Amino acid sequence: MTDVAGATGADKAPAPEPAAERRFSETLHFARRNPKLLIGSGIVLTLLFIGLIGPFFVGDDPNAYVGPQSEPPNGEYWLGTTSFGQDIWAQFVYGLRSTFLIGVFGGGVAFVIGTAIGFVAGYKGGIIDEVLNMITNVVLVLPAMVVLIVAVAYLDARGVFVQGLFIGLTSWPWAARAVRSQTLSLATRDFVDLARLSGRRTWRIITTEVAPNMSSYLVMTFILLFGSAILIAAGLDFIGLGPTNGVSLGLMLESAVAWSALQLQMWWWFIPPGLGITTLVGSLYILNVGLDEVFNPKLREL
Amino acid sequence: MWRYIGRKLAVYLLTFVVAVTINWMIPRFMPGDPVRSMLSRASISDPEALERMNSYYNEVFGLDTPLWQQYLSFWAGLFRGDLGISIMLYPEPVIDIILRSVPYTLAVLLPAIILSWIVGNRFGAFAARSKILDNTILPVGYVLTATPYMWLALLFAWAMGVVLGWFPVSGGYSYSLRPAFSGEFVWDLVMHWFLPFLSMFVVALGGWAIGMRNMIIYELEADYSNYLQALGAPRKLIRRYAFRNAMLPQITGLAVQLGTIIAGALLTEIVFNYPGLGSLILDSLTNRDFFLLQGIFLFVVVGVLIANFIIDIVYVLVDPRTRVQMTGGAA
Repeated sequence: MTDVAGATGADKAPAPEPAAERRFSETLHFARRNPKLLIGSGIVLTLLFIGLIGPFFVGDDPNAYVGPQSEPPNGEYWLGTTSFGQDIWAQFVYGLRSTFLIGVFGGGVAFVIGTAIGFVAGYKGGIIDEVLNMITNVVLVLPAMVVLIVAVAYLDARGVFVQGLFIGLTSWPWAARAVRSQTLSLATRDFVDLARLSGRRTWRIITTEVAPNMSSYLVMTFILLFGSAILIAAGLDFIGLGPTNGVSLGLMLESAVAWSALQLQMWWWFIPPGLGITTLVGSLYILNVGLDEVFNPKLREL
Repeated sequence: MWRYIGRKLAVYLLTFVVAVTINWMIPRFMPGDPVRSMLSRASISDPEALERMNSYYNEVFGLDTPLWQQYLSFWAGLFRGDLGISIMLYPEPVIDIILRSVPYTLAVLLPAIILSWIVGNRFGAFAARSKILDNTILPVGYVLTATPYMWLALLFAWAMGVVLGWFPVSGGYSYSLRPAFSGEFVWDLVMHWFLPFLSMFVVALGGWAIGMRNMIIYELEADYSNYLQALGAPRKLIRRYAFRNAMLPQITGLAVQLGTIIAGALLTEIVFNYPGLGSLILDSLTNRDFFLLQGIFLFVVVGVLIANFIIDIVYVLVDPRTRVQMTGGAA
């Protein structure tokens, strides 16, 4: 009768596994049980799939005049047609693809700049930190969108990559700040001191000692930058500074407004692109909350 | 305290210099010859006017003087309040055109920012740590922050303007009316103002609610909350303390978010064809009026800097710690 619950389990205990592996499986355990993470990533992956596969099924030119004009959604044209007879579903799948592209590229550039500055400022400290901090604050205060409007307006030919580059160059500051404060708290730990004593180079210490210990944080930073790059790009496209001759969800909104879809009550023209952006970015954010709960034991709902 | 404000001022001054420098650099270092292409694309039929403008811009840009001299004269012009002359509405000075649009933008922007901040914070504080509310407000908040400003504006314009016909969807006031201080005109202004305001307000709401909810949860886990709870303090009291502490990051957040919200206001105005700075940007882009565009850019930057400074002062007033630290403990 003195049988303790834990004692019976003791002889069936699994062989000790390496710490890293155990942590991984623990993370997976919580990841599989987190509805926010599952729903969010499910939607994002579905949209990604549509964006990747869809264009192969809808023909080469999404801006071609293929159908009857101003047709509401029906069996043949799933999302209807524009007032010029363009297939909105075709534009949507191509637009989704370029939306992912701009998110990865714009978010990627911002991520690289932001983390690089954050790491160096947080790890080096002193005068370097002061200078980098000053730069970060200046860029942070500048309204990114308005800078982008002025800069992009002077470009005659615009592509997705140029747009992404400009977006990346203006939207990194908060990431730099966040990474810097995380690095600050890690830089004074014993294992970093040991690494420093062993005489390794700064960037080696940052990449092998500091960065891996905040990897989950970095992933979440990238997801947020990805989402905000998409929103900024949509705004730029909407005022007519999108990629020339391209297709994107923002450009669809722009042409819908330019050709007064609103007054003509052609709701099928302006609802899908906006809904696409909102669903994608919204699921990214919710996915991010899910990730946060998985990685951060304090937030786990047990 | 003065140290703190002085530091902030230094950053803002530097930002202003950077903004002006960007403004000066872009037309000069972008590929191609912007002045030439701007003039050739501007739709001006009168050859004499074109000739006059050509010599005017050559003089303004001072293209035959060395770069540093161009830069200094650019600053000199700025201090005289001279932002150049518009192409779109030649020969009206850029500054006059901008000043005419600013009241409309501010009328939409200020109430939307302040009200969404207050209401969003209330909602967020409410939602934190109450299961049902949290599970509804959190997803709704995230979806709202993910909504492009112009899309929600379009939805509202379509639903409440076109389908239901409650509100006008275009312009700042009816064209049949002359601007006057009559009841009819003011009512007309309000009706035109409402939808742009509402869509801005709703999009901005989500972010504040989420931020507040996260901060409250964080504060409720702090030692002082646990201590109060152990002492048997009522739940409401603990929450009030938590709320006051959670406010501080939200004030900082307001400063950080300002750029995004202003961008949202510009996009919203374009949807409603509201005669503020947003529509002006669109007009200047379609007419390739870069002087006007750059004037608006400087104007918005200055506005953001002033707003940031006001927020800093509010922060000092609200948080006694900044006052103490900055006067006493600063090394």
